[in-house]
Amino acid sequence: MYAFTYQRPTTLADAATAIQAEEAKLLGGGQTLLPTLKQRLARPTDLIDLGAIPELKGIRETDGGLEIGAFTRHAEVAHSDLVKRVIPALASLAEGIGDRQVRNMGTMGGSIANADPSADYPSAVVALKGTVTTDRRSIAGDDFFTGMFETALEPGEIVKSVRFARPDKAAYAKFRNPASRYAIVGVFVAKFGAEVRVAVTGAAGSVFRATAFETALAADFRAEALNGLSVEADGLNADIHASADYRAHLVAVMAKRAVEAAG
Amino acid sequence: MANPNGIGAPVRRREDQRFLTGRGNYTDDFKRLNMTHAVHVRSPYAHARILGIDFADAAAMPGVVAVLTGADMEADKVGSLPCGWQIHSKDGSPMKEPPHYPLARDRVRYVGDAVAVVIAETREQARDAAEMVVVDYEELPAVGSSTRAVAGAAPLVHDDAPDNVCYDWHLGDKAATDAAFANAAHVAKIDLVNQRLVPNAMEPRAAMGEYDQSSGEYTLTTTSQNPHVTRLLMGAFVLGIPEHKLRVVAPDVGGGFGSKIFHYGEEAVVTWAARKVGRPVKWTADRSESFLTDAHGRDHVSHAELAMDADGNFLALRVSTLANLGAYLSTFAPSIPTYLYATLLAGQYKTPAIYAEVKAVFTNTAPVDAYRGAGRPEACYLIERLVDVAAGVVGMDKTEIRRRNFVPKEAMPYQTPVALQYDTGDFAKNLDIALPLVDYPGFQQRRAESKARGKLRGIGFATYIEACGIAPSNVAGALGARAGLYECAEVRFHPTGSVTVFTGAHSHGQGHETTFAQIVAERFGIPIENVEIVHGDTNKIPFGMGTYGSRSLAVGGSALVKAMDKVERKAKKIAAHMLEAAETDIEVKDGRFTVAGTDKSLGIGDIALQAYVPHNFPLDELEPGLDEQAFYDPKNFTYPNGCHVCEVEIDPDTGVTTIVSFAAVDDFGNVINPLIVEGQVHGGLVQGIGQALYENCVYDEESGQLVTGSYMDYCMPRADDVPSFTVRYHEDQPCTHNPLGVKGCGEAGTIGAAAAVMNAVVDALSDYGVTHMDMPATPEKVWRTIRDATPAMAAE
Ligand SMILES: Cc1cc2nc3c(=O)[nH]c(=O)nc-3n(C[C@H](O)[C@H](O)[C@H](O)COP(=O)(O)OP(=O)(O)OC[C@H]3O[C@@H](n4cnc5c(N)ncnc54)[C@H](O)[C@@H]3O)c2cc1C
Repeated sequence: MYAFTYQRPTTLADAATAIQAEEAKLLGGGQTLLPTLKQRLARPTDLIDLGAIPELKGIRETDGGLEIGAFTRHAEVAHSDLVKRVIPALASLAEGIGDRQVRNMGTMGGSIANADPSADYPSAVVALKGTVTTDRRSIAGDDFFTGMFETALEPGEIVKSVRFARPDKAAYAKFRNPASRYAIVGVFVAKFGAEVRVAVTGAAGSVFRATAFETALAADFRAEALNGLSVEADGLNADIHASADYRAHLVAVMAKRAVEAAG
Repeated sequence: MANPNGIGAPVRRREDQRFLTGRGNYTDDFKRLNMTHAVHVRSPYAHARILGIDFADAAAMPGVVAVLTGADMEADKVGSLPCGWQIHSKDGSPMKEPPHYPLARDRVRYVGDAVAVVIAETREQARDAAEMVVVDYEELPAVGSSTRAVAGAAPLVHDDAPDNVCYDWHLGDKAATDAAFANAAHVAKIDLVNQRLVPNAMEPRAAMGEYDQSSGEYTLTTTSQNPHVTRLLMGAFVLGIPEHKLRVVAPDVGGGFGSKIFHYGEEAVVTWAARKVGRPVKWTADRSESFLTDAHGRDHVSHAELAMDADGNFLALRVSTLANLGAYLSTFAPSIPTYLYATLLAGQYKTPAIYAEVKAVFTNTAPVDAYRGAGRPEACYLIERLVDVAAGVVGMDKTEIRRRNFVPKEAMPYQTPVALQYDTGDFAKNLDIALPLVDYPGFQQRRAESKARGKLRGIGFATYIEACGIAPSNVAGALGARAGLYECAEVRFHPTGSVTVFTGAHSHGQGHETTFAQIVAERFGIPIENVEIVHGDTNKIPFGMGTYGSRSLAVGGSALVKAMDKVERKAKKIAAHMLEAAETDIEVKDGRFTVAGTDKSLGIGDIALQAYVPHNFPLDELEPGLDEQAFYDPKNFTYPNGCHVCEVEIDPDTGVTTIVSFAAVDDFGNVINPLIVEGQVHGGLVQGIGQALYENCVYDEESGQLVTGSYMDYCMPRADDVPSFTVRYHEDQPCTHNPLGVKGCGEAGTIGAAAAVMNAVVDALSDYGVTHMDMPATPEKVWRTIRDATPAMAAE
């Protein structure tokens, strides 16, 4: 790790000021950032720890669903009675992230700001009609993830909370990378009345919606409705763990499993 | 059992209290006044010429004490890291043994090869400065795999090793084998890869060097499985320090699995540098360095054929193996794919003729050496996969073909056609115990039930035998070992009756402090609390060859028994003197010394006190003191053996393999502590399962870059990947040539498990015509195999 100045502001406004410093970095749960620093792959001048800012914390029920503060740990989402009652699929997604240590540290804001192509939360943000609130504005979940490790956030913009709409039915099915436990493919299926959203993470550079699956499921919300449907392997991720055509195959398998789990 | 903590008692490990509460003392925990920190500058290239090293900027960085390179070592006449085993090729020529310097001199030969060391006040300062060292490399074409190493016109890793061959060796009777093949009714064939693995001990390697200017004594504290061997190799061959001026301490060591047997360059660097900078120097690997520079394991590519008669009797086995030794010869590397591999190719079977050829090659990858099982898992995997293929060829049940070919119990001791003589073993019994445990007759129904749920179920058997307790020195010496392979123990009774045992074996997770103490408590009828086991320090232990090859109890334990015998003889003399009886009239039982036919008796405690308070000893006949030492050199290897059965279920939609059940039946001879034995088996099985399903060390063939350099890509087995194991052992066949009748249990799980799992996976896929799959059986590989076998299904 290179030396840096550690700051721990207690208000969002102070954090917003502090992050203006050149080469400053926000620190969430540190589960991505700290390994990066230890490997000396980044050299921030300042680390702005977001952990002492009350405005970034807490889980609230809203009119249409839930609002979750950016500095909410994965374990808190997984174990929250409120989340389990309102959107149980979100709680079970959180329970499947990494391992216990990672869930006890990692935060929702950090996860979506980082936009790892194999992270789990992006699928929920898109499938559950999420809205990302920052210290500056609101960004529709559909517009938030713009590419591999890329988001609509501007430099220094701080994620404050994420709102999720409550679906009638939903489930997340994940095919874990056996080594890292990130998603090789994760499919979040959510049904809102006649509308169905199918968001796929892990498979491509960024989360995407499987629109053909959505149309089929809107007509008939059963796993069988997906028979014969697939996504194009072209352009999907390929690495030593999974080739593009295997990933394409898994998208269909996981989508069916999510539909079955959603009931 | 007289003693509640004696032999056979499931005593909880005494050492665990300190490990589990964070009070272990590992090398990195040691701090010294004025200590400095070393960070190595390592090659980012698999193969390159070093044109120059510019460290002026680095040396000027804050906190930097010194920047040292291979040139400094050369100037100080530092030698090459020695190799402890010499193999001769078929044509009689000795293996190629290119130099392996702790800091590279003119060329680097694998990613991670050390070129310089930066020593600074803090580790971070050393790291900062290491980044400023500018090495001018001329990149050379690299060889990233053994198959590429022997492909025509491959780049040469060492100029003086033509075709990258270290040795081309063979064992067995070629003519007899060829003749048997000519008359065979059936031949089973297999091509397989035993993939490279990274050992991944929990504690990374670390070393701290110290030099005492006033006494001229060096101390190396290091993560070693055998500190005396390190002292010998480093002192005599690398740094030229005589034994009496070099102390090597291996304190608590957090796992080794073989990777900490060897003498590594970093140990020499910190010891040498400590004198140069006049201060203690400590180095601790980070996890990335462990991946790059710990000696790796396995890495074989083999072709094998089994000749059978019409009834499935094995007639002959022919094996040809290409073994990857990496860029340089690690300490015991040459012996692993030869005398620890080919000698085991008979397995549990009475195959009359065997011929094995092993070509070992250099590549631009990390050195490869012993890793838990070391050669024996490779042998077991090859035989047991081939036997399954053979069962298919002759149309026999997989248990029947094994049973038919087992070396029968009555044939013991049995001379194999590949040099070993098995002392004991009842292989049919192992199978007989295993079959009911796994309800073999019910398997077909379970398979049908799985199929009804859309899943594929398979069952796999693996029998294994290993040569442990390494080794008789005369045999090892005849086979090329440059060291003896005995063990040493000292048993010191203190005046008030407590005992300190000094053993040359080394515990890095095996539980010696408990097991060895049980043996002493049992012998002398004393509480286990009164026995302390000391290991891992060349200044305390008379001598030792360390722990590897499941040898601690079989060899170290035997040395302990010999030393206890001597103590008892001496105690008997003292008792005779005190009881005023003839020595021949003294009877000894559980530490009590009684004059036969009388009630006159003494406990060992009374005798110990007298030994140190010899007020009326006849000093010309009886020396004071009760402290004896013994060396034990075994007469033969020991031969643990067993039968492992694995049942798997495969999800054809994803290719995921789940281990449904796993049963291990083992013959370890006599068992001193069943709890520890079961723990060793569990850990071994998980490591074998890891190889079968998850672990794979991948180098890019052309660039020689390590692709799987972290846990994000190198998959370790987790607790939730394995089922609850069914573990059984029997003690019907104790080892006949060591005093405890023990065979060793440390590697068994790893040796049998990979073959059992893969046989089960292939069995599950048998409906698709699959007869072999290379490890690891990753989800994608399994899915692809199924899809390729059934194009119609894949489209669905
Ligand atoms: C071993 C391991 C396994 C993992 N497995 C999974 C998995 O299975 N699934 C999964 O989804 N994830 C996984 N993760 C990732 C982890 O769960 C975290 O979500 C992730 O590391 C980022 O969250 P964090 O809170 O730790 O953020 P940090 O590491 O602190 O920060 C990450 C990035 O986000 C920025 N940032 C943090 N908070 C904010 C904010 N409020 N506003 C704007 N920017 C911000 C930081 O500046 C940094 O650039 C794993 C991580 C590890 C180490």
